[in-house]
Amino acid sequence: MEILEFTALELGEKIQRREISVREAAQAALAQAEAAEPAINSYVTLDPEGALAQADEIQRKIDAGELAGPLAGVPVAVKDNMCIKGQLTTCSSKILSNFKPVYTAEAVLNLQKAGAVILGKTNMDEFAMGSTTETSYYGPTKNPHNTAHVPGGSSGGSCAAVAARECFGALGSDTGGSIRQPSSFCGVVGMKPTYGTVSRYGLIAYGSSLDQIGPITKDVSDCAAFLEAITSHDPKDSTSIRREDYRFTEALQDDVKGMRIGIPRDYMGEGLDGEVREAVMRAAKVLEEKGAVVEEFDLGLVKYAIPAYYTIASAEASSNLERFDGVKYGYRAAGYEDLHSMYKKTRSEGFGAEVKRRIMLGSFVLSSGYYDAYYLKALRVKALIKKAFDNAFEKYDMILGPAAPTTAPELGSSLSDPLKMYLGDIYTISVNLAGLPGMSAPVGKDHRGLPIGMQLIGNVFQEKKLLRAAYTYECATEKQFERAAELSGTGAAPAGTDGAGQEDTAKEAHQA
Amino acid sequence: MTKQYETVIGLEVHIELATKTKIFCGCSTEFGGAPNTHTCPVCTGMPGSLPVLNRQVVEYAMALGLATNCQITQVCKFDRKNYFYPDNPQNYQISQLYLPIARNGYVEIESGAEKKKVRIHEMHMEEDAGKLVHDEWDDTSLVDYNRSGVPLVEIVSEPDMRSADEVIAYLEKLRMIAQYLGVSDCKLQEGSMRADVNLSVREAGTKDFGTRTEMKNLNSFKAIAHAIEGERERQIELLEAGKEVVQETRRWDDNKEHSYAMRSKEDAQDYRYFPEPDLVPIVISDEWIDEIKARQPELRTEKLERYRKEFDIPQYDAEIITESKKMADLFEETTAICGKPKKVANWLMVETFRLMKDNGMEADDLTFSPANLARLIDLVDAGTINSSVAKKVFEKIFSEDVDPEKYVEENGLKMVNDEDALRETIENVIAANPQAVADYKGGKEKALGALMGQTMKAMKGKANPGMVNQMLREMLQS
Amino acid sequence: MANRISDETIEYVGILAKLELSDSEKEAAKADMEKMLDYIDTLNELDTTGIEPMSHVFQVSNVFREDVVTNGDSREEMLANAPQRKDDSFEVPRTIG
Repeated sequence: MEILEFTALELGEKIQRREISVREAAQAALAQAEAAEPAINSYVTLDPEGALAQADEIQRKIDAGELAGPLAGVPVAVKDNMCIKGQLTTCSSKILSNFKPVYTAEAVLNLQKAGAVILGKTNMDEFAMGSTTETSYYGPTKNPHNTAHVPGGSSGGSCAAVAARECFGALGSDTGGSIRQPSSFCGVVGMKPTYGTVSRYGLIAYGSSLDQIGPITKDVSDCAAFLEAITSHDPKDSTSIRREDYRFTEALQDDVKGMRIGIPRDYMGEGLDGEVREAVMRAAKVLEEKGAVVEEFDLGLVKYAIPAYYTIASAEASSNLERFDGVKYGYRAAGYEDLHSMYKKTRSEGFGAEVKRRIMLGSFVLSSGYYDAYYLKALRVKALIKKAFDNAFEKYDMILGPAAPTTAPELGSSLSDPLKMYLGDIYTISVNLAGLPGMSAPVGKDHRGLPIGMQLIGNVFQEKKLLRAAYTYECATEKQFERAAELSGTGAAPAGTDGAGQEDTAKEAHQA
Repeated sequence: MTKQYETVIGLEVHIELATKTKIFCGCSTEFGGAPNTHTCPVCTGMPGSLPVLNRQVVEYAMALGLATNCQITQVCKFDRKNYFYPDNPQNYQISQLYLPIARNGYVEIESGAEKKKVRIHEMHMEEDAGKLVHDEWDDTSLVDYNRSGVPLVEIVSEPDMRSADEVIAYLEKLRMIAQYLGVSDCKLQEGSMRADVNLSVREAGTKDFGTRTEMKNLNSFKAIAHAIEGERERQIELLEAGKEVVQETRRWDDNKEHSYAMRSKEDAQDYRYFPEPDLVPIVISDEWIDEIKARQPELRTEKLERYRKEFDIPQYDAEIITESKKMADLFEETTAICGKPKKVANWLMVETFRLMKDNGMEADDLTFSPANLARLIDLVDAGTINSSVAKKVFEKIFSEDVDPEKYVEENGLKMVNDEDALRETIENVIAANPQAVADYKGGKEKALGALMGQTMKAMKGKANPGMVNQMLREMLQS
Repeated sequence: MANRISDETIEYVGILAKLELSDSEKEAAKADMEKMLDYIDTLNELDTTGIEPMSHVFQVSNVFREDVVTNGDSREEMLANAPQRKDDSFEVPRTIG
């Protein structure tokens, strides 16, 4: 069990020193996954056979001196919206329930080059649309800290897998907070890099202008190491940006002296849970004590980010998801009469309710007569939001606030009122609209033991500043909030039967 | 019909660009090929795949824009056009609506004796769709994505044309420009040039446009002319009967020579265009435009002017030869090798056009090399072969691009200049044709022709006709 | 608030999006969309006159590939996921009557 306690970098080092074999590491993570999955359901696909084969191959390369990186041999998980050649890639949707990509996503390739062992594909909200990982066709994922609660979403599977020690790090994707919010709910570290920093090639698109892949890890050092591994300029992605500096681990310095940190008053007011507010303010205090200059300011426009986001993201999604039509891959309905009925039956049976809701909204806002009033208006508001951030970064090195207004809600309490669920994304969404880097790191727990995360937002290309501040915070607090979830201590039965039961119910609900 | 009607026509012309690869991926654009062999994740719309723009497409589109007097849009973007159809793998087509690459141009056409400008509203880049083959037996269609993602430029004209003749003249003009620029081969049969016709009629003398229809699926000049005639009549009949023309898209059926309305509740024609988020804007600098201008090849008018100065060939020949870039290239390259423009022009104007006509070919179908034609001309000039042999050899060059020197050698076609051999043959011919000899000696000059023919036949056509003539006369004198 | 989505609109959007909704789903979709559009209408509180719509956050332009063939024949891979194939093509219900 000791192996599971290591961070990815600690494990990587032990593997390099031949203290632990790659196979042992993979086996430990797989055994933990086997024990935890019935209760947590982090994975859509767990691939023990493939993982062990990769482990042996990577061990061979390490022994041959071909692989010496810090992540070589480290078992990881990948969100199920990133293509891996020959491996089931579902986006947690029925419509891709049988889809095996013919190529591997660039970010995953980069991780493979670094020597990571991929254990499997993690659960998510269907097509990344949701904030709870409850819209998955494969049943909801549960929060390892308390299985009566959601892990957040849409990268809930990846965050829960890291928190439950079912892997040593994972890839998620973030379109409106889908890495940062579940990281906050699960007590792990998650980063959404600057738009264009990680290639989107092979990431099944939700909102193309907002989507970005990022790492989900046990601590800040791992976050920097994973980021360093997956970032690259990719000629296959026209929106990929050539960065001057990819050496993110250099930012791991215990020093924030003189760093100017702004806390938006608009983030700390109405709607924010008291315990979350306290924890975030305490974290700010810690950074202040370490020499940062912390002050409150008015960011502005915060409440307009959500309506602008849902207009833009739904519009792009309605177009991105047109390709799922039963012609080239994926599910095709039976018993259609003609071409159009084949399209309609396939898509109506293949997509879940939340996905259909956003496709309908997106199709409407782009339709004839509404494009200017809705879509263009939203793009103009996006420009204003970007400007508000530009103004803030003239004064501050970074912005600090909560990642979400509350801790993880109970299972089943969110989906009934979509608008309310959307409001939970209020602090994360504008970061995607402005293309900025943002990260979430654990800063406390509420009275129920549910994790609280702070969010750090940087100007474009300033991931290093965020990592440095988060690392400094982590050093000051001795990682007290980054302990993995104690599965046995939260009432989750290791081989729980209720997990499987709920999964079935969720599937039925999805199909209804 | 008492009223006079005027036809008003605007065209949307699609030209397939002659790039080596598709517009957004590294798949070959080669025509033909077994179904789905020129495909990849990008052009089959695989989840997670992303487009990357082929630079050559932009440069070809700029060249076309400049050659048709358009303004180049110096910040241009791609948009998505959303509609479901199986030949469109993403169910959206990447095209340009809001900022197309070129706008506000024109071309000049000859309409009867007059010159006329047809204005170009805009020109945009987009991707082609795949091909659908319909299976009559089991009520299915088969999709082949080889053409999916082949680059197209769509040229949208203003409604400036008034007859089928003007439409054809406009299309021929565009085709010539595209071929001269080398940006497309513009073969209607292979679909590398296609036209949608927007047509309305109005009473002669009125200013307002009538309601227009759009006709699609026109893949020959003949079909275009017939469709225009048919649609004009259909609309006039409606108006004469006091009915209204409905704005709609119609599909031309070439076999039945009739158009059908493409009406379906499922085709809402609401394309929900929005900026393509997977591609970044194209910013075209003045320098880039100048570079394309500088690289622009000589167009026909300039070529004609140069031919007039450089080559001593008839104006008529020059006009015919420059009608297609391919023929003009053949002329120039052959002339460059042998230095005999008049003779080259002659071979092209007479023998080449005759063989093309016999074989139903166009200039673009020609495959013989300038070097072999130049060699053939030299062989005739050197007296190595006579002109009738040369025509036979040219047929071989035309069909198989044979090396004439080798071919003449291998088939023993060299002109015979051997006096002894000729003398012997002529003696035999004189001996075998006493009547003709008597006729000639009796003053019938014509009889010499018969004797010439006999001699040439005995020499299997290879004798030097000049020598035969001279020796026959000498030997008949004695 | 102001937005009312008619049955016709839901029908029309269903055609655009190729989704077939049951009667109860249609009612739910109407209510959802009305609520969302009301919410989106709050954007009208902001004066955006003279503001350029921002589709790309970065001023990146001119990303090209050169015109070189890089892909070979990968037909089998492209067809491997086809729900229905016939010979070397994807098979769909007949498109034209």
